[in-house]
Amino acid sequence: MLLAVRKFLASKWAKVFVFLLSLVPLLLLVWRGFRGDLTANPVEFLQHQTGDWTLRFLIFTLCITPFRKLLNLPEVIRFRRMLGLFAFFYVCLHFLTYLGPDQSFNVAGMLKDVAKRPFVTVGFAAFVLLIPMAITSTAGWIRRLGGKRWQALHRSIYICAILGVIHYYWLVKSDIRKPLFYGMLVGILLIWRLAAWFGKPKAPAVAHSVPVRPS
Amino acid sequence: MLIKLASVLALADSTRKEAYFNRRSFLRGLGIAGAATVVGERFSSLLSPSTTAFAGTKLTTIKSNYRVDEKISSENDVTHYNNFYEFGSDKGDPAKNAQNFRTSPWVVSVEGEVKTPRKFSMDEILTLAPLEERIYRHRCVERWSIVVPWIGYSLSTVLKLVEPSPKAKYVAFESFYDPKQMPQARYTGLAYPYVEGLRLDEAMHPLALLCVGMYGETLPNQDGAPVRMVIPWKYGYKSIKSIVKIRLQSSEPPTSWNRQAPNEYGFYSNVNPNVDHPRWSQATERRLGEIYMHKTLMFNGYSDQVASLYSGMDLKKFH
Repeated sequence: MLLAVRKFLASKWAKVFVFLLSLVPLLLLVWRGFRGDLTANPVEFLQHQTGDWTLRFLIFTLCITPFRKLLNLPEVIRFRRMLGLFAFFYVCLHFLTYLGPDQSFNVAGMLKDVAKRPFVTVGFAAFVLLIPMAITSTAGWIRRLGGKRWQALHRSIYICAILGVIHYYWLVKSDIRKPLFYGMLVGILLIWRLAAWFGKPKAPAVAHSVPVRPS
Repeated sequence: MLIKLASVLALADSTRKEAYFNRRSFLRGLGIAGAATVVGERFSSLLSPSTTAFAGTKLTTIKSNYRVDEKISSENDVTHYNNFYEFGSDKGDPAKNAQNFRTSPWVVSVEGEVKTPRKFSMDEILTLAPLEERIYRHRCVERWSIVVPWIGYSLSTVLKLVEPSPKAKYVAFESFYDPKQMPQARYTGLAYPYVEGLRLDEAMHPLALLCVGMYGETLPNQDGAPVRMVIPWKYGYKSIKSIVKIRLQSSEPPTSWNRQAPNEYGFYSNVNPNVDHPRWSQATERRLGEIYMHKTLMFNGYSDQVASLYSGMDLKKFH
């Protein structure tokens, strides 16, 4: 059973499957759009939906490493880039619903709004921070930057996730259940990393502890 | 008098769709004996004035001069996208969760600093004055807006009846609250019952509407049945729904959103494009049914009528 799962996870079909699955939220929105089923305020509905999906995909992406280690499934690392890029895809849609209907595509006006409203500022900052990660997501860029530097850059996803939750929390008027829920998930995922980092024996120590083979 | 009679008859005459279906299943279940009881019930409701004002009952109205010349929002949009936190915080929640809200019998108590405190039944409220259809702009603090044909009459009609004493300076309103009927309320972050307030001169202003209907019918449950306020120059949350108490008093009453976030929602809450919400601009708004934003008007376009109420006041401070 486990072997079959691992075999599937390692196959190219798994990637196709995850890709199509990640498109489902978008297809559902398009479908609802055709049916005229986007509520009385379609713009706001699309803003909220694309924002929700951005946060969810950021969380999916952050789940990969803990999943991989806790379940001992190294294969799932293959999906991390795709999930991260889907987070970026949905945040782009989210940004467009703001730049277009809210700001009438007026970039100067938009930047003023970004500077003035903390809730927009943090959302925009998270969006901007995601851009270099999306650009450097290719194997070529890992090579060019070197693994260490590349990894350091891509740790900014932690900041993006935190900013995303704050953005949501500052948006709602009084019912904070959903932003709190996302905040809790991000919190757990980040604390797990902190714990793993503190719990990890230091690299030199590992080298020293290699048992000397008895001659 | 004719108009009063007409509206009473319109009420007594009509049968709410839902009630009709209930009766049918009731008939099927109980047979003849049940049928006799139900028929009897119907007759009695025709003979004596009805004590019920179900949602979706046609109302007879007279024309009013308070009508903005703008496109009226789609009834379906207005009734399926709104805030009524007692029924949940999502704007689709009220339409879903208020379906079984019991609005009959209903009594509104008008009390406090008045000469003759009184409890009004819904039938009395529906017949105190001719019902007017008024077309108002309605602007939510969340930057969406609608144009609605409300039905009702000026709140001043009721206030004059109870004769405010010289001590009365403010009017406090209270909504109905029943956690059993409104189980979603406690997750919404507000304290209930929902309360609102006006200065007495604001409450006496003819634009301040005691509202019993919209789009030609009694109020749908989700829009604040059976009786609510509509104060068109203030943000939507001032227009308190499903009112059970109106209290005149000498001090400024607490208001729900102000209690929840004092820096964001003031007592006055006049629509003002120049005073931003701390988290977003109030300069623009989106009409339901439209994509792009358009400019928000001072006092929601009612400056000519209400600006004098606030002459000399710093509207930034008293937002």
